[in-house]
Amino acid sequence: MSEVVIQVRDLRMQFGDHVVHDQLDLDVMRGETIGVIGPSGCGKSVLLSQIVGLIDPSAGTIKVFGEELDKLSKKERQKIERRWAVMFQDGALFSNLTVRENVMAPMREHTDFSQDLMVELADLKIRLSGLSTEAATKRPSELSGGMRKRAALARALALDPELLFLDEPTAGLDPITAGRFDSLVRDLSQLLGLTVFLVTHDLDTLKATCDRIAVLGDKRVKHIGPLAEIAGKDDPWLQEYFGGPRGRAVV
Amino acid sequence: MNAYSLEEQSDYLILSVSGDWTVKTVGKIDSKLRDVDLPEKHVILDVSELGRIDTAGAWLIERTLNTAEPDTHSGFEIRGTHSEAEALLKLVDERRQEGPPEVPHAFNLVDFLARIGSGVVHILDETVGTLSFLGQALWSCIRLLFQPHKIRWTSVVSVMEEAGLDALPIVCFLSFFVGIVIAYIGATMLQQTLGATVFTVELVGWAMMREFGVVLTGILLAGRTNSSFTAQIGSMKMRQEVDAMRTLGLDPVDALVTPRVIAMLIMTPFLTFGATLSGIFGGLMISWLALDISPILFITRTHEIVTIQNFWVGMSKTPAIALIVALVACRQGLLVQGDVQSLGRSTTASVVHAIFLIIVTDAIFAMIYMELGI
Repeated sequence: MSEVVIQVRDLRMQFGDHVVHDQLDLDVMRGETIGVIGPSGCGKSVLLSQIVGLIDPSAGTIKVFGEELDKLSKKERQKIERRWAVMFQDGALFSNLTVRENVMAPMREHTDFSQDLMVELADLKIRLSGLSTEAATKRPSELSGGMRKRAALARALALDPELLFLDEPTAGLDPITAGRFDSLVRDLSQLLGLTVFLVTHDLDTLKATCDRIAVLGDKRVKHIGPLAEIAGKDDPWLQEYFGGPRGRAVV
Repeated sequence: MNAYSLEEQSDYLILSVSGDWTVKTVGKIDSKLRDVDLPEKHVILDVSELGRIDTAGAWLIERTLNTAEPDTHSGFEIRGTHSEAEALLKLVDERRQEGPPEVPHAFNLVDFLARIGSGVVHILDETVGTLSFLGQALWSCIRLLFQPHKIRWTSVVSVMEEAGLDALPIVCFLSFFVGIVIAYIGATMLQQTLGATVFTVELVGWAMMREFGVVLTGILLAGRTNSSFTAQIGSMKMRQEVDAMRTLGLDPVDALVTPRVIAMLIMTPFLTFGATLSGIFGGLMISWLALDISPILFITRTHEIVTIQNFWVGMSKTPAIALIVALVACRQGLLVQGDVQSLGRSTTASVVHAIFLIIVTDAIFAMIYMELGI
């Protein structure tokens, strides 16, 4: 774990007068799973959107795979963007396509695969993400919330990304499904050497999947380190987070 | 690049793979591998030359291996060490299962006829649905008329601004140009047939007051307001806001439909008035500049010959136009389902139905007034 995949330096983000991030630094190493936690509204999802280039930061630099995205040409940028995948909070599946077509969408755009191979691989990813194959021909509006999340993961895995961004992947899932999701993320990250950037509130997910945890607070990364280390920190918010009835069971 | 080779021995077969087998590279080799049909023999997979591999590559290898032994899984042995490949092949093997096939899209006569049939049924359903929605909305309006404090005046006023006041410039502008066109065409025709261009005044006055003022306003409202109402209510429906209203004991018709109906009933006459005036103004300008009819003559002639009755004929249609616009838009908005396509469908239907109904209604009014001799 030596290579830095995501490097954030002196990041500043403000909406009008409201400063979300100030002087935020963060390093994510290759192959690790990093969990980002913090109180509601501390800008976890905003940080994710900035790293993947959906929002431009007010100041500071973000390097992904050693490149600053906004300095690249469109073609180079696309090349980098191909290497990561994002799974959004509520799935963000294309509602006019079936699940299989959703998973095939990035393949269609970025590969020279034949239709047959795309279908086969899409079905494989759908099963990998824990959905049954019957779901392949359904449309997102016909799926339950949990199934939509898994379909979204399947689409994120479509191109075997090196870097996977997950925004609240287990929120709204039942504990069994959430548990399977956790072990799936763990397995995939080990098998494929995946780097995972995970925004979550779920303590079980943190414990099951994350190598390191970054705690956002006071507009920056307050603490970073393995779960055991973080849980021992003398920080009122962290004490409440891990010390509450839900947290005690995990630590 | 990646490659594979087959080596057949007497009682076993060696499939050796080399190079990178990843999503970037396997596209080319796929078609070749598809033709490979391994014989029923023990298979050894040689991975000693294999570079990087991901699930796409693992899938291809696994698929090829399975052509030999479809029944016995993992009936192959791996030669060489490649922990990633081993793990991935195992993972892919565990999840091996065909999905339901894609349903091909073919044209046939039965489908064609069925489509026509369902179209006809759909028209009937729409008619019944619109009428029952009309009843529902009118009932809600009447009920609220007796309890005016329950009307959501804030949203009434905001819709009045957004769909009424903000539409005034474009309505007037358009109507002005139509007035110009009518005056031009009318003058040319009257010159040729009667040799008297002065009748242009009557033509513009009659046309704008009786028909064009109100129909132009209606069509513009259908394009502008219908789409916006349907999209607003439709996206509320998609985000379950309408369901939330129901569970909170709010009637969506009271909260969403009635304010829009009231606002449109109030604003459409004003818009029509504006449209009529600017249309006549357009005619006046052309008469003055091109036909040498002075504005004073134009206005006097309009006063004397084009009676106020014509104006009221036009204005009498405005409540019908307002109802069509608001009701069609709200109904289509409430019909939106969970997916994006239904939002698009509803918005299109909203605008098309509204324009259709406006023109049909106008024709019916014209016939009635003609029979009555007004």
